[in-house]
Amino acid sequence: MQSQTYNYKVVRQFAIMTVVWGIVGMLVGVIVAAQLVWPELNVAEWLHFGRLRPLHTNAVIFAFGGCALFATSYYCVQRTCHTRLFAPGLAAFTFWGWQLIIVLAAVTLPLGWTSGKEYAELEWPIDILITLVWVSYAIVFFGTVGTRKTTHIYVANWFYGAFIITVALLHLVNSAEIPVSLGKSYSAYAGVQDAMIQWWYGHNAVGFFLTAGFLGMMYYFVPKQAGRPVYSYRLSVVHFWALIFTYMWAGPHHLHYTALPDWTQSIGMVFSLILLAPSWGGMINGIMTLSGAWHKLRTDPILKFLITSLSFYGMSTFEGPMMSIKTVNALSHYTDWTVGHVHSGALGWVAMVSIGAMYYLIPRMYGKTEMYSTKLITTHFWIATIGIVLYIASMWISGVMQGLMWRATNPDGTLTYSFVESVKASYPFWAIRVLGGVLFLTGMLIMFYNMIKTIAGQKAYEAPVLAPAGAHA
Amino acid sequence: MDINDARTVVTVLGFVCFIGISLWAYSGRARKGFDEAALLPFSEDDLPAPDAGRQTKEGNKNG
Repeated sequence: MQSQTYNYKVVRQFAIMTVVWGIVGMLVGVIVAAQLVWPELNVAEWLHFGRLRPLHTNAVIFAFGGCALFATSYYCVQRTCHTRLFAPGLAAFTFWGWQLIIVLAAVTLPLGWTSGKEYAELEWPIDILITLVWVSYAIVFFGTVGTRKTTHIYVANWFYGAFIITVALLHLVNSAEIPVSLGKSYSAYAGVQDAMIQWWYGHNAVGFFLTAGFLGMMYYFVPKQAGRPVYSYRLSVVHFWALIFTYMWAGPHHLHYTALPDWTQSIGMVFSLILLAPSWGGMINGIMTLSGAWHKLRTDPILKFLITSLSFYGMSTFEGPMMSIKTVNALSHYTDWTVGHVHSGALGWVAMVSIGAMYYLIPRMYGKTEMYSTKLITTHFWIATIGIVLYIASMWISGVMQGLMWRATNPDGTLTYSFVESVKASYPFWAIRVLGGVLFLTGMLIMFYNMIKTIAGQKAYEAPVLAPAGAHA
Repeated sequence: MDINDARTVVTVLGFVCFIGISLWAYSGRARKGFDEAALLPFSEDDLPAPDAGRQTKEGNKNG
């Protein structure tokens, strides 16, 4: 027991790759944003917007976000269960398997291999590999929880656990497909059922991959960095179950005014509105954890990242339910407003909470108490925040403008604007978006430099496993 | 009983279950466990000892 250490190796590997894949995914994002402003940049078929765009979404969600979730969940579950990670061989397999999946995605998507399902584009051989890695992840995670030396399972682990189980379910159901060759398969579903299953998957990927998983991260790293326990533990329990019971129903809001039955659309809208309550429960709980210690925000840039991420989480989970209202959706759907909404969640919430957690983790993985430069973390914070604000504000304006132009009619009933006129009017805002993206990417490059300087000359560190205080076991 | 009745029953049971969880969470009985669980992240210090990694002379000089 005395000589046993936590498994930091797999945490370290995933933490470093979080930063690396963050840079790659956001670079591809900047490229596709630039292609919309300068179409000449679509230089070859495999670098065309239509092929790079899924590469961008897969890289930022599953490579950057996925690595951040693996790293933080493995760290949190070991430390709050006071036990070494279960099945270290399988844990190593999840790392190398996940990296292989990312590399395969980076090769096959530009080649045009796609099943055409948004956020689930990867073809069937890769889908099988994802299943194997995910089952291993579940064994490692729940095995660790099962061998814990503590009485309770900390709330962060509940969120991580829900994320792992639900993503397994979503992936298995949505990826049911009939292979016709090594690189081509067709969905097992047809017509509107296929669309509904796709968006049941798509929205729950947002709900459980990009929300529950990152809330788990928030519930460990915000209290740790603030040095105080979570504001209300019972609120965390209630909003956890509220999220679990309601998220599954919200998917139809992606299919308003389509062939989907009207009642299904209305259910999707109602449950999306209900979701505001559990979402804000999490935001309030996170931000109020700092109550009585607000002064720490002034000096601690890691807390700045974590608390700002919660503010963006609150903003985008207010905006989302509003956009799911059918009459609002009639204006917002298919416009840049949706793109802005997604990025307020993805950059503001997911990326910022991950960046904060990585700044917490990386020095500890190398036996240090803090990053090489705290000043550079502050610089990163401000550059990233300005980048997000430029991105979201430009997309709001262009989105509402597009929606208004598309619905404008002349007194005789004809359309006032042709589609290409709305494209032309969007150009300045797309240019501002490129600037916002470049700023956010610059922040990630600063983080990479800071990480290299932190690691340089340091030996990998493994912390000893200690019996829990008060020795519950 | 057709399949839609089963769907209705499951939905209502889900709702009842959630109300039950909420009542339990706000009852006095859950309080002690919650207070203990909330302190789990602080049951040990995860800052490494000063000599844990190899510190170079210029290491940790934060700007």
